[in-house]
Amino acid sequence: MRYLTARKRAEGKGAAGTGTEHFWYMKVSGVGLALIIPIFLVAFGRTLGGDRAEVLQTMSHPAMAILTGLVVFFGLRHFAGGAQTMIEDYTHGATRRALIIAVTVLSYGTIATGLFALAKIAL
Amino acid sequence: MAETDLARTEQVERPLSPHLQVYRPQLTSITSILTRITGNALIVASLLIVWWLLAASTSDAYFALADAVLTSWFGDLVMTLSLWAIWYHYLAGLRHFYFDAGKGLEIETAEKLGWGCIIGSVVLTVITLFLV
Repeated sequence: MRYLTARKRAEGKGAAGTGTEHFWYMKVSGVGLALIIPIFLVAFGRTLGGDRAEVLQTMSHPAMAILTGLVVFFGLRHFAGGAQTMIEDYTHGATRRALIIAVTVLSYGTIATGLFALAKIAL
Repeated sequence: MAETDLARTEQVERPLSPHLQVYRPQLTSITSILTRITGNALIVASLLIVWWLLAASTSDAYFALADAVLTSWFGDLVMTLSLWAIWYHYLAGLRHFYFDAGKGLEIETAEKLGWGCIIGSVVLTVITLFLV
């Protein structure tokens, strides 16, 4: 027996179980990405195609390393949020849970790899 | 009893969204689904770029391999399509902020904004390609 009324459990949480948290995260990360993505596209586009020495030199610049780190982290968390919404739209039950876990693992795994590579290059 | 019912709600078969098979395609629905497709498809370029960064941080030989993939004709195709995808997703995202504010929801305005996303994304892709 839980000493909570049904109303108290549901209040503010809605169908998602977490209220507007997910929605709001997508908005905040979206605005943040909107500010840095245009700079990243041009900076990365100019770096791609160079030899390894040129790439290492560009990527080890603090501004470029920080910018790329932000794009990798928030880009992949924003991706995971959007992919989760898609999974929730099209699947149910165990499949849904498995896919959401898979997307979460993929997102954090890619972030960790990207940040490790950036740290190794820049430091 | 109410508690048992609450626990069971997860097993209830609910309709899936968005009923693609009975939905007549319109500019607004196509530009909406494109937002989802471009956003999710960008995982391909993300994985390639992170792999390329890891290779650059590792060794000359590993970088040569990753760089050969990313700068091959296939890599160029994926990167160029992804560039369009990110610009499309960008503009569609801005449109969503506008929609969230309760504006631009009249059919005529929404369709104009849809064309804005399509045309704008192509223009921004071309501009970016000139800059890099």
